Amino acid sequence: MPILTVTNVETVPGKTIVKHLGMVSGNTVRSKHVGRDMMAGFKNVFGGELKGYTELLNESREEATSRMTEQAEAVGANAVVNVRFSTSSVAAGASELFVYGTAVVVE
Amino acid sequence: MSDLIIFLTLLVIGYISGSIIEKKHFKSIIEREAQLRSIRVIGVKRVPERFNKVESQLVQGSVVISIDYFKKIAAGLRSFFGGRVSSYETLVERARREAILRMKQDAADWGAQAIFNQKIETASVSQGAKGQVGAVEVYAYGTALRSTKGGQP
Repeated sequence: MPILTVTNVETVPGKTIVKHLGMVSGNTVRSKHVGRDMMAGFKNVFGGELKGYTELLNESREEATSRMTEQAEAVGANAVVNVRFSTSSVAAGASELFVYGTAVVVE
Repeated sequence: MSDLIIFLTLLVIGYISGSIIEKKHFKSIIEREAQLRSIRVIGVKRVPERFNKVESQLVQGSVVISIDYFKKIAAGLRSFFGGRVSSYETLVERARREAILRMKQDAADWGAQAIFNQKIETASVSQGAKGQVGAVEVYAYGTALRSTKGGQP
Protein backbone atom coordinates (compact mmCIF):
# COMPACT_ATOMS: atom_id res chain seq x y z
CA MET A 1 0.00 0.00 0.00
CA PRO A 2 1.37 3.42 -0.89
CA ILE A 3 1.83 5.98 1.84
CA LEU A 4 -1.23 7.71 3.11
CA THR A 5 -2.12 10.98 1.41
CA VAL A 6 -3.06 13.83 3.70
CA THR A 7 -4.77 16.94 2.31
CA ASN A 8 -6.75 19.81 3.74
CA VAL A 9 -9.10 20.17 0.77
CA GLU A 10 -12.33 18.23 0.45
CA THR A 11 -10.97 15.65 -1.98
CA VAL A 12 -7.70 14.18 -3.06
CA PRO A 13 -7.07 16.10 -6.30
CA GLY A 14 -6.82 13.81 -9.30
CA LYS A 15 -8.54 10.93 -7.53
CA THR A 16 -12.06 10.00 -6.59
CA ILE A 17 -13.29 9.07 -3.17
CA VAL A 18 -14.94 5.67 -3.18
CA LYS A 19 -15.61 5.23 0.52
CA HIS A 20 -15.86 7.39 3.62
CA LEU A 21 -14.67 5.88 6.87
CA GLY A 22 -15.49 8.61 9.36
CA MET A 23 -13.43 10.98 11.38
CA VAL A 24 -9.94 10.28 12.65
CA SER A 25 -8.00 12.42 15.04
CA GLY A 26 -4.76 12.63 16.91
CA ASN A 27 -3.58 14.79 19.76
CA THR A 28 -0.63 15.44 21.97
CA VAL A 29 -0.07 17.59 25.03
CA ARG A 30 3.39 18.98 25.46
CA SER A 31 5.06 21.13 28.00
CA LYS A 32 8.34 22.87 27.55
CA HIS A 33 11.20 22.12 29.91
CA VAL A 34 12.77 24.59 32.26
CA GLY A 35 15.97 25.08 30.28
CA ARG A 36 14.08 26.06 27.19
CA ASP A 37 11.90 28.42 29.17
CA MET A 38 14.92 30.11 30.65
CA MET A 39 16.49 30.53 27.25
CA ALA A 40 13.23 31.93 25.98
CA GLY A 41 13.10 34.39 28.85
CA PHE A 42 16.59 35.46 27.89
CA LYS A 43 15.59 35.83 24.27
CA ASN A 44 12.68 38.01 25.34
CA VAL A 45 15.18 40.80 25.97
CA PHE A 46 16.85 40.61 22.56
CA GLY A 47 14.00 39.53 20.33
CA GLY A 48 14.26 37.11 17.42
CA GLU A 49 13.13 33.60 16.68
CA LEU A 50 12.75 31.05 19.49
CA LYS A 51 14.14 28.05 17.61
CA GLY A 52 13.64 25.71 20.54
CA TYR A 53 9.93 26.45 20.62
CA THR A 54 9.58 26.18 16.87
CA GLU A 55 11.16 22.72 16.99
CA LEU A 56 9.08 21.65 19.96
CA LEU A 57 5.83 22.62 18.28
CA ASN A 58 6.86 21.00 15.02
CA GLU A 59 7.70 17.74 16.78
CA SER A 60 4.41 17.79 18.63
CA ARG A 61 2.47 18.43 15.45
CA GLU A 62 4.24 15.61 13.67
CA GLU A 63 3.39 13.29 16.52
CA ALA A 64 -0.27 14.28 16.49
CA THR A 65 -0.38 13.81 12.72
CA SER A 66 1.24 10.38 12.93
CA ARG A 67 -1.30 9.31 15.55
CA MET A 68 -4.04 10.41 13.21
CA THR A 69 -2.58 8.55 10.24
CA GLU A 70 -2.09 5.41 12.33
CA GLN A 71 -5.76 5.53 13.21
CA ALA A 72 -6.65 6.01 9.56
CA GLU A 73 -4.54 3.04 8.52
CA ALA A 74 -6.16 0.94 11.21
CA VAL A 75 -9.60 1.51 9.69
CA GLY A 76 -8.26 0.71 6.23
CA ALA A 77 -8.10 4.17 4.68
CA ASN A 78 -5.52 5.27 2.15
CA ALA A 79 -6.05 9.02 2.51
CA VAL A 80 -7.16 11.61 5.04
CA VAL A 81 -8.96 14.66 3.67
CA ASN A 82 -10.17 17.94 5.14
CA VAL A 83 -7.51 18.00 7.81
CA ARG A 84 -7.61 20.77 10.43
CA PHE A 85 -5.17 21.74 13.13
CA SER A 86 -6.04 23.37 16.40
CA THR A 87 -3.97 24.50 19.34
CA SER A 88 -5.14 25.20 22.85
CA SER A 89 -3.37 25.76 26.11
CA VAL A 90 -4.67 23.38 28.76
CA ALA A 91 -2.55 24.55 31.66
CA ALA A 92 0.19 27.05 32.32
CA GLY A 93 3.24 25.92 30.37
CA ALA A 94 1.51 23.10 28.51
CA SER A 95 -0.35 23.16 25.26
CA GLU A 96 -2.43 20.68 23.37
CA LEU A 97 -2.14 20.14 19.65
CA PHE A 98 -5.09 18.50 18.03
CA VAL A 99 -5.43 17.39 14.44
CA TYR A 100 -8.48 15.82 12.83
CA GLY A 101 -9.73 14.85 9.42
CA THR A 102 -11.90 12.42 7.48
CA ALA A 103 -10.50 9.02 6.59
CA VAL A 104 -11.37 7.94 3.06
CA VAL A 105 -10.52 5.36 0.45
CA VAL A 106 -9.54 6.88 -2.89
CA GLU A 107 -8.88 5.43 -6.31
CA MET B 1 18.66 53.55 41.52
CA SER B 2 20.36 50.34 40.40
CA ASP B 3 16.96 49.03 39.33
CA LEU B 4 16.56 52.01 37.06
CA ILE B 5 19.98 51.43 35.54
CA ILE B 6 19.17 47.78 34.84
CA PHE B 7 15.85 48.78 33.34
CA LEU B 8 17.42 51.38 31.06
CA THR B 9 20.21 49.01 30.01
CA LEU B 10 17.69 46.31 29.11
CA LEU B 11 15.65 48.87 27.22
CA VAL B 12 18.62 50.04 25.17
CA ILE B 13 19.85 46.48 24.52
CA GLY B 14 16.35 45.45 23.52
CA TYR B 15 15.96 48.40 21.19
CA ILE B 16 19.31 47.97 19.44
CA SER B 17 19.34 44.18 19.08
CA GLY B 18 15.61 44.06 18.38
CA SER B 19 15.78 46.51 15.51
CA ILE B 20 18.90 44.90 14.03
CA ILE B 21 17.27 41.47 14.10
CA GLU B 22 14.05 42.84 12.67
CA LYS B 23 15.78 44.65 9.81
CA LYS B 24 17.81 41.54 8.93
CA HIS B 25 14.75 39.37 9.09
CA PHE B 26 12.70 41.61 6.80
CA LYS B 27 15.56 41.69 4.30
CA SER B 28 15.77 37.91 4.18
CA ILE B 29 11.97 37.61 3.97
CA ILE B 30 11.85 39.91 0.94
CA GLU B 31 14.67 38.00 -0.76
CA ARG B 32 13.12 34.61 -0.22
CA GLU B 33 9.68 35.82 -1.23
CA ALA B 34 11.13 36.84 -4.59
CA GLN B 35 12.71 33.39 -4.98
CA LEU B 36 9.54 31.49 -4.20
CA ARG B 37 7.15 33.64 -6.22
CA SER B 38 6.67 30.90 -8.82
CA ILE B 39 4.57 28.84 -6.39
CA ARG B 40 1.03 30.10 -6.47
CA VAL B 41 -0.85 30.15 -3.21
CA ILE B 42 -4.61 29.92 -3.64
CA GLY B 43 -7.09 30.30 -0.83
CA VAL B 44 -9.99 28.37 -2.33
CA LYS B 45 -11.08 25.07 -0.96
CA ARG B 46 -12.21 23.32 -4.11
CA VAL B 47 -9.55 22.22 -6.55
CA PRO B 48 -10.85 22.72 -10.12
CA GLU B 49 -11.73 19.42 -11.71
CA ARG B 50 -9.59 19.95 -14.78
CA PHE B 51 -6.54 19.59 -12.54
CA ASN B 52 -6.88 15.87 -12.64
CA LYS B 53 -3.38 14.61 -13.34
CA VAL B 54 -1.87 15.74 -10.09
CA GLU B 55 -0.47 14.47 -6.83
CA SER B 56 -1.14 16.22 -3.57
CA GLN B 57 0.36 16.49 -0.15
CA LEU B 58 -0.05 18.56 2.98
CA VAL B 59 2.67 21.18 3.38
CA GLN B 60 3.31 23.29 6.43
CA GLY B 61 5.52 25.91 7.99
CA SER B 62 5.70 27.32 11.46
CA VAL B 63 7.69 29.84 13.43
CA VAL B 64 7.84 31.20 16.96
CA ILE B 65 9.11 34.76 17.27
CA SER B 66 9.87 36.48 20.54
CA ILE B 67 9.29 40.09 21.45
CA ASP B 68 12.20 42.16 22.69
CA TYR B 69 12.32 44.21 25.84
CA PHE B 70 11.79 47.54 24.10
CA LYS B 71 8.70 46.30 22.27
CA LYS B 72 7.31 44.96 25.52
CA ILE B 73 7.65 48.31 27.27
CA ALA B 74 6.42 50.27 24.24
CA ALA B 75 3.34 48.06 24.01
CA GLY B 76 2.74 48.41 27.74
CA LEU B 77 2.80 52.19 27.41
CA ARG B 78 0.56 52.02 24.36
CA SER B 79 -2.04 49.98 26.20
CA PHE B 80 -2.28 52.88 28.63
CA PHE B 81 -3.21 55.39 25.93
CA GLY B 82 -4.86 53.08 23.42
CA GLY B 83 -4.40 53.03 19.67
CA ARG B 84 -2.26 51.12 17.22
CA VAL B 85 0.44 49.00 18.77
CA SER B 86 2.83 49.22 15.85
CA SER B 87 5.65 47.41 17.66
CA TYR B 88 3.50 44.28 17.76
CA GLU B 89 2.17 44.76 14.24
CA THR B 90 5.61 44.29 12.73
CA LEU B 91 6.26 41.31 14.98
CA VAL B 92 3.14 39.45 13.87
CA GLU B 93 3.70 40.40 10.23
CA ARG B 94 7.22 39.00 10.37
CA ALA B 95 6.03 35.77 11.94
CA ARG B 96 3.26 35.32 9.40
CA ARG B 97 5.37 35.98 6.35
CA GLU B 98 8.07 33.68 7.71
CA ALA B 99 5.59 30.85 8.30
CA ILE B 100 4.16 31.22 4.79
CA LEU B 101 7.67 31.20 3.36
CA ARG B 102 8.55 28.02 5.22
CA MET B 103 5.39 26.40 3.94
CA LYS B 104 6.28 27.46 0.38
CA GLN B 105 9.80 26.15 0.84
CA ASP B 106 8.38 22.83 1.98
CA ALA B 107 6.23 22.76 -1.16
CA ALA B 108 9.15 23.76 -3.39
CA ASP B 109 11.31 20.96 -1.99
CA TRP B 110 8.61 18.51 -2.92
CA GLY B 111 8.31 19.99 -6.43
CA ALA B 112 4.88 21.57 -6.16
CA GLN B 113 3.48 24.21 -8.49
CA ALA B 114 0.60 25.45 -6.39
CA ILE B 115 -0.82 25.40 -2.88
CA PHE B 116 -4.58 25.22 -2.33
CA ASN B 117 -6.69 26.07 0.71
CA GLN B 118 -3.98 27.83 2.64
CA LYS B 119 -4.83 28.35 6.29
CA ILE B 120 -3.02 30.33 8.93
CA GLU B 121 -3.21 29.87 12.66
CA THR B 122 -1.82 32.32 15.16
CA ALA B 123 -1.30 31.55 18.81
CA SER B 124 0.44 33.38 21.59
CA VAL B 125 2.92 31.42 23.65
CA SER B 126 2.80 33.86 26.50
CA GLN B 127 1.33 31.60 29.18
CA GLY B 128 4.71 30.25 30.22
CA ALA B 129 5.92 29.78 33.76
CA LYS B 130 5.15 32.97 35.66
CA GLY B 131 3.77 34.48 32.47
CA GLN B 132 7.27 35.57 31.55
CA VAL B 133 7.62 34.39 28.01
CA GLY B 134 6.16 36.65 25.34
CA ALA B 135 6.13 35.15 21.89
CA VAL B 136 3.85 34.57 18.96
CA GLU B 137 3.51 31.35 17.02
CA VAL B 138 2.24 31.24 13.47
CA TYR B 139 1.45 28.02 11.69
CA ALA B 140 0.64 27.96 7.99
CA TYR B 141 -0.58 24.91 6.11
CA GLY B 142 -2.15 23.96 2.82
CA THR B 143 -2.43 21.30 0.17
CA ALA B 144 0.40 21.34 -2.35
CA LEU B 145 -0.22 20.11 -5.88
CA ARG B 146 2.31 18.87 -8.37
CA SER B 147 1.59 17.59 -11.81
CA THR B 148 2.32 14.01 -12.69
CA LYS B 149 3.78 13.17 -16.10
CA GLY B 150 1.71 14.54 -18.96
CA GLY B 151 -0.56 16.40 -16.60
CA GLN B 152 -1.28 20.05 -16.34
CA PRO B 153 -0.67 21.83 -13.06
